[in-house]
Amino acid sequence: MKKSHILGIVVIAIAIGIIMSTAGDASSYVTFNEAKAMASSGNDAKIHVVGTLKKSSDGTVEGIEPAGDKLSFSFLMVDAEMREQQVYYPEPMPVDFLRSEQVVVIGAYHDELFIADKILLKCPSKYQEEEIRVTS
Amino acid sequence: MIHSFIGNLGHLSVIVAFVSSLIACFAFYKATTSNQLKKQGWLSYGQTAFYVHAVAVLSVIVCLYFIVYNHYFEYHYAWSHSSRQLPFYYMISCFWEGQEGSFLLWIFWNVVLGMVILNTSRTWKAPVMTIFALVQGFLTSMILGVVIFNIKIGSTPFILLRDAMMDAPVFQMNPDFIPEDGNGLNALLQNYWMVIHPPTLFLGFATTLVPFAYCMAGLWTGKVREWIRPALPWALFSAMVLGVGILMGAYWAYETLNFGGYWNWDPVENAVYVPWLVLVAAYHTMITYRNSNTALKTSVILVVATFILILYSTFLTRSGILGESSVHSFTDLGLSGQLLIYLLVFTILSILIIVYRWKDIPTSKKEVSTYSREFWIFVGATTLCLMGFQVLVATSFPVYNSILNGIGFESNMALPADQVSYYTKFQLWFAVAVALLSGTGQFFWWRKMDTKLLRETLVGPILITLVVSAIIMWITKVTEFAYIVLLVAGIYSVIANAKILWNLKNKSWHLSGGAIAHIGIALMLIGIMYSSGYSKIVSLNKSGLLISREVDDEFNLQNLILFLNEPREMDKYSLIYEGRNVEADDVSGYVPVEILSPTNDPYYWIAAEDVQRNGRVVKARGDTLRISPENIYFKVRYQQQNGQDFTLYPRIQVNASMGQVASPDIKRAVTKDLYTHLSYAPFMTEEETREWTHSDSLTIQIGERFFINDYVATLNDVQRVHNIPDIKLEEDDIAVKATISVAGNSDDYTIEPIFLIRDQRVARIPDVINDLGVRVAFSKINPATDSFDFDIYTTQKDFVILKAIEKPYINILWSGTLLLVFGYVIAIRRRYREFVLSRNKGLE
Repeated sequence: MKKSHILGIVVIAIAIGIIMSTAGDASSYVTFNEAKAMASSGNDAKIHVVGTLKKSSDGTVEGIEPAGDKLSFSFLMVDAEMREQQVYYPEPMPVDFLRSEQVVVIGAYHDELFIADKILLKCPSKYQEEEIRVTS
Repeated sequence: MIHSFIGNLGHLSVIVAFVSSLIACFAFYKATTSNQLKKQGWLSYGQTAFYVHAVAVLSVIVCLYFIVYNHYFEYHYAWSHSSRQLPFYYMISCFWEGQEGSFLLWIFWNVVLGMVILNTSRTWKAPVMTIFALVQGFLTSMILGVVIFNIKIGSTPFILLRDAMMDAPVFQMNPDFIPEDGNGLNALLQNYWMVIHPPTLFLGFATTLVPFAYCMAGLWTGKVREWIRPALPWALFSAMVLGVGILMGAYWAYETLNFGGYWNWDPVENAVYVPWLVLVAAYHTMITYRNSNTALKTSVILVVATFILILYSTFLTRSGILGESSVHSFTDLGLSGQLLIYLLVFTILSILIIVYRWKDIPTSKKEVSTYSREFWIFVGATTLCLMGFQVLVATSFPVYNSILNGIGFESNMALPADQVSYYTKFQLWFAVAVALLSGTGQFFWWRKMDTKLLRETLVGPILITLVVSAIIMWITKVTEFAYIVLLVAGIYSVIANAKILWNLKNKSWHLSGGAIAHIGIALMLIGIMYSSGYSKIVSLNKSGLLISREVDDEFNLQNLILFLNEPREMDKYSLIYEGRNVEADDVSGYVPVEILSPTNDPYYWIAAEDVQRNGRVVKARGDTLRISPENIYFKVRYQQQNGQDFTLYPRIQVNASMGQVASPDIKRAVTKDLYTHLSYAPFMTEEETREWTHSDSLTIQIGERFFINDYVATLNDVQRVHNIPDIKLEEDDIAVKATISVAGNSDDYTIEPIFLIRDQRVARIPDVINDLGVRVAFSKINPATDSFDFDIYTTQKDFVILKAIEKPYINILWSGTLLLVFGYVIAIRRRYREFVLSRNKGLE
């Protein structure tokens, strides 16, 4: 067997290892119902849930509960299946949180509470201007 | 009035640039394939077409700059990326905030490179420029903005606002409406690094085309070996520029963004990191080929892969496919189809050419020896490629999702939830391999090796490494196994390469590029290990307050809340938040907001006190200051036991259309940086302004103790006064001042509200203590009971929530970067001289 063949086999082995490990570490986008099902079946993997903040009919955000020391907060989030869920975030509220049009939370269920490790926001104006402010 | 001429001129120039690049491509193609007789004619035809292309591209840039510079907000590009308040040096940055402008930057660099090749190359000119012109055709088509058979090709930067937003009601009422002001440049891009980082990165992108074009030209014209020599200095140059571009981005992120570091494994960062790794592997195998005629096939594949990966990352970041997995990809402009065609055309073309020439590319038949440098370089190149592969596999998740969903499968893969640990667990060990190989490989490089000689050569460096590592580990307390391995490997690489450098001292310094660059890389690895692996959050919340009853004790809160002027202990510091500041024109440093009073224009404020610098009054009371209201700097004083106090000014940028962004301030020291950024500050938006609520009305006699907002207060005195600040008293006026002392948590305060009677009308001048969130108004004098009435108003006290992180030995990373660049410069110089020598001998 030539050395280049051995090297080739080693490279392929590492590449397969990388792919397997990536597949194992990959998270997934799920709904709260699926996340709940995963958590109750003992799977505590971190998952992504996409949704929006719960808003009242006049457009104000509902259900924000800052902690007494302001260093953490919880909020109500509605996912694609319109399920409402309380999400707890152990960090101060991200700037622009209330303006976001879409929220992605990465985390897992702890009993009835969803605890987010990370929050990604999509704010409308950051990406594309949608209205023209008419100033006189 | 709408300035339509300049936009039409710009649009025409884009079309001319597009057409001329196609003509140039055809002409250079003919010049390559036709016989000697006609060659010269086609060549000069192609050259002329390329010069026309160059002039057209410059004209596009001038037109766009003209529009931005003159604030022609009837144009969408100026309206969405600039504003009247934008300083002119940031107008350049408008080019790369928008997707069209950044394509323009890329096109511009390709023109410059094309010019250099037309003037330095001789026999390679025609085939290389064919590839160049073809690439330019694709790139200019991205900003073409014409509609043919109902298909929109490209997105023009010269579109008028009313055409871009046809549905906006204002244009239906008045088609000639021109906005007064633009939306402004993203505040994050208003930073000096953002003026130079994008051009550098795009120069890096553009330069990867040169080795690719030479490689393709070589395969096409049958010069399968000769392309290496002219391509090598360019490959080195490209790797240097791309590497510097990446690191500038990292440094900008460290200084400006608030994720707490210089690298975030964001898909946009990865999209540049992967091609860079492959390019580094490519020039290593190219150098091997130059020396020993092996690894030519590998070189071809790697050079082509680099360019294709650049196209792939362009597709990823600009097609909108990354969606929510990246925070800073561009908006989708509907170019995804065009980008995909661009990517596929070059992928398929280059695969076809490689397959066509595969059997003509020479390979060395004899088995490589384990003691040859070729073998070790090959292993090194493979490691770099695997390193890139691991990043690429995960970064491409959104692509798998859209392909699978496109062919009818359900796929909802998301990036690993803990990206840092996912990437680190592989990248760290690859980095160890890179460090070991770059140390050992150099010995094989300079001498013929066998077992005995190798042992003799390596004994010294290994012994020194072990001793030095032990000492450093002991001093800096490195205990984690993986970090120990990386540290030892890094130190070994530094020492081994230093030995090579020592051996070279009697030869020529022109040869030292490799050793210097490798020392740079090893130092960077060590710096990354310390600053990331041992980065320590020092702002731990030790208040012991319960966060949430539903959650166990598992959260270690990493932020600290500081109320205005109330000191708090953090690590070995005592921190005090001392209020908000702004920057003003003609005044160095920062100016406290509390000594300024607003005018109708948010950019102009009036000084309520003298502003002094070095004992000299630079702005007197009543002067108007021009400030930048987007940037609020929060003054945080760090006091230390040893008296070495310092002050940091972390910043929050507020922009009506961009939202809020926190940027850190960094206390730099030789051995560690202290990185501080705000996680939250109140009263930053219009919805969240400070409101005063009337909390109490009190009737008090002199000497009486009472409570204001839970603080103990005493009315000390009430007296008639004849002077009050900012108001001129007239003869018949009666002004009475009350003096109230308040004991705060850490300080005592005096409140002095004034009661003024003028023409039998009463005026009350309240006094405010921001530290306590209290305002007191003197509302009535009751002569009958010898008492006084006061109205107490309270508000939320100002506070900030901050996070502080210690980054040890981060300077090793930055100094390693400088060494790396220095090494590149030496190596490029050497390889370019080789190319010039052989060209002048007619060997090219």
